Amino acid sequence: MRVTLFIPCFIDSLYPKVAMSIVQILERLGHEVDYPDGQTCCGQPPFNSGFWDEAREVAARQLAVFHDAEVVVSASGSCGAMFKKFYLELFHGHPQEAAAKELAAKTYEFSEFLVDKLGVQDVGARFDGKVTFHDGCHGLRELGTKEAPRTLLRAVKGLELVEMGEAESCCGFGGMFAVKFPQISTAMAEVKCNSIVETGVEYVVSNDSSCLMQIQGYLSRHSPRVVKSLHLAEVLAQQ
Amino acid sequence: MISTQEPQDQFQEDADRTTADEPRRAAVRKALGNYKIARGKTENAFTSWPHARDAAAAIKYEGVNHLDRYLREFEEKFTARGGKVYWASSAAQAREYILRLARERDVKSIVKSKAMTSEEIHLNDALEKDGYHVIESDLGEFIQQLKHEPPYHFVFPCMHLKRDEISALFERELGTAKTDSPEELTMIARRFLRQHYINADMGISGGNFIVAETGMISITENEGNARLTTALPKIHVALVGIEKIVPKLADLALLLPMLATAGTGQQLTCYNSMYGGPRQPGEIDGPEEFHVVLLDNHRTRLLADAEQRDALHCIRCGACLNVCPIFKNIGGHAYGTTYQGPIGSVITPHFRGLQDWKHLSGASSLCGACTEACPVKIDIHHHLLQNRRNAVAEKKVWWERLIWFGFRHLMKRPWAYKMAIRLAPLGQMLHPLVLGTAADPVQPWTKTRDFPEAATQSFHDWWQERKAAGK
Amino acid sequence: MNPANSNASPKGDREAILGRIAEALREEAPRHHEAPDKPAPLSVTAPFREWLPPVGKTRKDQIALFAQQSEALRTEFRECPSEAGAAKHIAALAAELGWKTIALHAGELTDAIAERLPKTLAVLRVDSGYTKGALESCDAGLTECESLIAQTGSVCVTALSSGGRALSVLPPHHIVIAQKSQLVNDLSGAYELLAQKYEGGYPSFISFITGPSRTGDIERILVLGAHGPKKLTVLLIP
Repeated sequence: MRVTLFIPCFIDSLYPKVAMSIVQILERLGHEVDYPDGQTCCGQPPFNSGFWDEAREVAARQLAVFHDAEVVVSASGSCGAMFKKFYLELFHGHPQEAAAKELAAKTYEFSEFLVDKLGVQDVGARFDGKVTFHDGCHGLRELGTKEAPRTLLRAVKGLELVEMGEAESCCGFGGMFAVKFPQISTAMAEVKCNSIVETGVEYVVSNDSSCLMQIQGYLSRHSPRVVKSLHLAEVLAQQ
Repeated sequence: MISTQEPQDQFQEDADRTTADEPRRAAVRKALGNYKIARGKTENAFTSWPHARDAAAAIKYEGVNHLDRYLREFEEKFTARGGKVYWASSAAQAREYILRLARERDVKSIVKSKAMTSEEIHLNDALEKDGYHVIESDLGEFIQQLKHEPPYHFVFPCMHLKRDEISALFERELGTAKTDSPEELTMIARRFLRQHYINADMGISGGNFIVAETGMISITENEGNARLTTALPKIHVALVGIEKIVPKLADLALLLPMLATAGTGQQLTCYNSMYGGPRQPGEIDGPEEFHVVLLDNHRTRLLADAEQRDALHCIRCGACLNVCPIFKNIGGHAYGTTYQGPIGSVITPHFRGLQDWKHLSGASSLCGACTEACPVKIDIHHHLLQNRRNAVAEKKVWWERLIWFGFRHLMKRPWAYKMAIRLAPLGQMLHPLVLGTAADPVQPWTKTRDFPEAATQSFHDWWQERKAAGK
Repeated sequence: MNPANSNASPKGDREAILGRIAEALREEAPRHHEAPDKPAPLSVTAPFREWLPPVGKTRKDQIALFAQQSEALRTEFRECPSEAGAAKHIAALAAELGWKTIALHAGELTDAIAERLPKTLAVLRVDSGYTKGALESCDAGLTECESLIAQTGSVCVTALSSGGRALSVLPPHHIVIAQKSQLVNDLSGAYELLAQKYEGGYPSFISFITGPSRTGDIERILVLGAHGPKKLTVLLIP
């Protein structure tokens, strides 16, 4: 299968290893990976801020960039949700509505793609460590992603998966929310991170790097012991 | 709590204070943790909670989308039994009607059961200014009244308080002995209120549902204070938002359990009572007069917004508050307005002005827990997004306009975007020069969290290199 | 919206509000739920009944479920062989708890019990009126009911079946006397019974009582006996 990757801007600049890991895993499974050069941003930041005209312009570009893709895999739950859910609202009543519907139908979040589309549960990974999984809100509630990442993690040799009490609680990132309402965002991060530290794990894993940015940002500053954050793809790429 | 500041500035200030109050946050977290367990159990007893939600949503959709027909039907049935209906466009009108009634009937003492509408229109203040003695009978409201504070949560008015605080309050205001037993504290309130029920000449209540088919007002409670408020005084006034309509009496067979499950994790609350008029011939007791004040107060404005009309389906269960991480961390008072939490953030701009109250819709990470929890499937977090869009369409904040202008042009030009990413590591190198100062562009972040290091090579560039090397 | 002008009408702003509603509803709102396949039948039978917790098929099942719910709610539930048996239990409660006065209303079942109560227990009959203070001083209130709801362990009372509005809520102990034929599965069943019985006109007060009164307002800790009765006893006779 030819898999077209959608790599969000912050993964591109801050966490490129996540994207590299996805490429590695998909190629290991025997698929052709494509990465259209013209992609930039899904448009979520202006969309969430209420600037829908500006968001629509940026989003329209992505519609064009991914037009020929067979299947689009997103490295992030929140950007995936943008493609799959919010573009339908953004382009409702606009000429590109049909294109948006088409894109939504062929977009998958990474873990969902592996488990639900490819039917793969074991990617042949090995990772020694005690791990807990954070459910990114967009993935969880907009895309319904819950079991797929856990199925994949349980198949990793050497990995011990522990659930935290606040797995489904929002980490507090929320895009611009994190800087517009920093005190609330930080309070939410505190609740999340306390729950992580309580489990005794060495690693917190998620399918959303923006969440991990928030969580790691708080842990590095406040955690009484070292807990590292990793994207699901980074764990699955290890052998 | 009258503030002289802009609501959004007051909000930031209050949020600063309340998010730093660790003991208070812990108390709220504990209370809501218990709720989550109870609710999970009760929901699981349904053969299908998702189907029940659809059915409940359908009932409210029908009611709200034929609101005029059903309000007329209610009025017809209710007045045929001797009830009086007053239609209030505004808060002022509703207040004036109740004050006039109290004056004309020579009312001396008023007892109230829980009515968020009365908070909304500031009824107690108006009554007290006119010299009436008004006592809140719901335990949580009674406590908040003694504290001179508004309710913290519209179902659990004093959930933020610990028992020692309540004891100290009672010691101070009622002269009772110190105790750390919730049971004893409840008994103190019970004993205190007993005579008030008996002596009151007017009982004011809210209403959870307006039943069109049979001309009734339905009230849901656990304590029995609403039953006493509506049984003993000779005048009963119910102040109800027009959106509380349900078409048929038997619809309550679904909505009452849904309200209890989502609101408190109970299968049914202790008392669910339907009032279809004043005391009828052949009945032993009951009020001689029953007035229902139907309150608009901008609800018709929200009704006209078809995209957000379902916000009027709200049955005020409070579930969205209970699951909201923002509510849990900032607490109910920080919202600075009658209706807190996610639903409050959706409707307050419609009730009190979009530009002044849009910040409540902004103060959300859009996690969607509220929409998931809503028993009548209101699309809550999407409405927050729509409020943001509407606020921008009405009036753009200049610096935000600038940011998104720049953003849009950057993101439409892949070469510029790639360039910006290449410059990021450079920017990071220079960042320590301004870190923590007013010039630090990411100061709101770096104040409490570390910032990740930009990678030395972007994914774009890595891919290009790989391609050039022949994969 | 000048309050002075609009207060001129005894009904307030009726026409203006209805006008705004009609105008607002010209645009259709999107649905966020699955609409039911066909419109609900006009009878009171509810199409959503199947989503609520299941109740068994027999009378025995109903009683067992009602008993189970009562236990969870801390309602005292007893099956008694007859009115006489019920009266005996009430007398025992009165002796144990030191009751001086019991309030009750006239009715087939309540009368049958009243004449069997010990003469030492004073009786306040509310039917021709009562003073609030006197009712407040009673130790218990005995009423009949409309129905018992198995699914939730609830008692349905009305102003006409249960001695008015205050009798079942003011005294600190509420006793309900009911017959097995009054058991229904769920709230829908209770509403069906009410619709059949009161076709002409409902009582002005209907209530579903589910356990003794309670509150969770203080630290979300359950306390029984807030403003309504602290104790609820349901006596079921054949």
